[in-house]
Amino acid sequence: MEITDKAFDQLAHLSRLQFTDTEKEEIKGDLQRMIAFVEKLEEVDTTGVTPLLHMSSASNVWREDAVKGSVTREDALLNAADADGQFFKVPKVIKK
Amino acid sequence: MNGTTTCVEAVHYYLEQIEANRHLNAFVEVFSAEAVESARYLDNLRSREGMTGKLHGVVIGIKDVISFKGHKLSASSRILEGFTAIYNASAVQYLLDEGAIIIGRQNCDEFAMGSSNENSAYGNVLNAADTSRVPGGSSGGSAVAVQAGLCMVSLGSDTGGSVRQPADFCGILGLKPSYGRISRYGLIAYASSFDQIGIFGINVDDIARVLEVMSGADEFDSTVNDAPVPSAAALNKPDEGIYKLAYFKESLEHPGLDPEIKASFEAFVKRLTAEGHTVEAVDFELLDYVVPTYYILTTAEASSNLSRYDGVKFGHRSGTAGDDLSVFYKQNRSEGFGKEVKRRIMLGTFVLSAGYYDAYYTKAQQVRQLLSQKTQAIFSQYNAILSPTVPSPAFRFGEKSNDPIEMFLADIYTVFANLVGIPGISLPLFKHSNGMPFGMQVMTSQMDEVTLLRLSKRLMHVNGAE
Repeated sequence: MEITDKAFDQLAHLSRLQFTDTEKEEIKGDLQRMIAFVEKLEEVDTTGVTPLLHMSSASNVWREDAVKGSVTREDALLNAADADGQFFKVPKVIKK
Repeated sequence: MNGTTTCVEAVHYYLEQIEANRHLNAFVEVFSAEAVESARYLDNLRSREGMTGKLHGVVIGIKDVISFKGHKLSASSRILEGFTAIYNASAVQYLLDEGAIIIGRQNCDEFAMGSSNENSAYGNVLNAADTSRVPGGSSGGSAVAVQAGLCMVSLGSDTGGSVRQPADFCGILGLKPSYGRISRYGLIAYASSFDQIGIFGINVDDIARVLEVMSGADEFDSTVNDAPVPSAAALNKPDEGIYKLAYFKESLEHPGLDPEIKASFEAFVKRLTAEGHTVEAVDFELLDYVVPTYYILTTAEASSNLSRYDGVKFGHRSGTAGDDLSVFYKQNRSEGFGKEVKRRIMLGTFVLSAGYYDAYYTKAQQVRQLLSQKTQAIFSQYNAILSPTVPSPAFRFGEKSNDPIEMFLADIYTVFANLVGIPGISLPLFKHSNGMPFGMQVMTSQMDEVTLLRLSKRLMHVNGAE
């Protein structure tokens, strides 16, 4: 399958990644080869086979709805690149 | 321990070994002062109360994807540079509760993606048996740490062979437990329906003891199975049983299989047969499809799991100012992730994207179902499945790093266990004429680690290795 520049750019956007032109050529080539490799699955007849969605045989593992503490605010903010002691900070997103 | 040494002496011994082997690059950080402190505490406790804890004074290294509160944790990625863990992984908590000493965190492929430890932000890990060769991956540092005697036991993680393959390359034992055996809470997620914490050691008993401690229900991971915890004591009973074993015909006929590995495997099967066990070839016509299935499902899960690294709550934030939130995310992620991680996120995004979802992702889930059915059919007739662990012995640096697909095929015998959730172990039974060790893989049915470990002990004896 051919990955067009447009399709590549869309995948990169969905992945929230950006590439230089050189990187793009390399990754695009790798992606095409990887897709060709996994397309081998077309040879397997899976008519009527239910997809396997969960590895565990258990269903609905419940617990009591008890109120419990989670991480403290201090811990939660510990690894943030930018925080003001109460909130995580990001670039301004509301445009005039 | 026989009472003639102390925990402090043991820790000092390993710290010296780590220092003397820095060139192997197995550890990204050593918790020297803290390990000595824990050892001193245990020595004092023991003098007052005697031996306490099932792992009293056992010196353990952990792969840099497992959370240890108050310590750095990076998945060997620049995107998590400077990140400090704010809680203990359940597995780590259970080890500490039983008196284990965590001596450091170990180098690995970035986000556990790779088969050679060539994808780490901290550089390559060297195989101690031949430093021009890779240790395998992704848990390369954890394997080399045990291989070179830098700790007693290491924890790795295994999504498609990341414990068993480096164990094979380094000549040690590496266990991937059943899916759901050990809590994944505090394990950095790569592919959540595949990931399991695994154990490296130099004998079956050490692995069994650590497995027992880490196993079992956990309120923070609802996928943990409530089956009884595999007891290490079960290995002490004499085992005279006659086993019925299977191997996949196609595995041995695979064109990528090194002829010496094939010959060693066949000779070993003969010895097993001579000892009275039954070893039979079974058809496994899906062999060529396991690696493609694995890559579709794991990259899909990875693209979702790794979406959390956006530079807001934690992780790398770009110095370049972007005033649009989407550009901001892209800059943070593109600077933080390495090439292999980006490749896999892109493939995962592709197989999950509208228009391709059914053709790739759903199709792979269907093949996973077929594999699961086949596995159940085999274990209704056999106690275990044997195979080579890896088709070739440890390769040289750079040999495969430019070819993602050739690298993928190194996982052909190991991904199966993760696809169907069964336990697998690599046993260091053989040596190649090029001087490198290699192993044999044993797999049993889901949640049957007891049979796996008992049989492993028998197989180690067949070769006189244990």
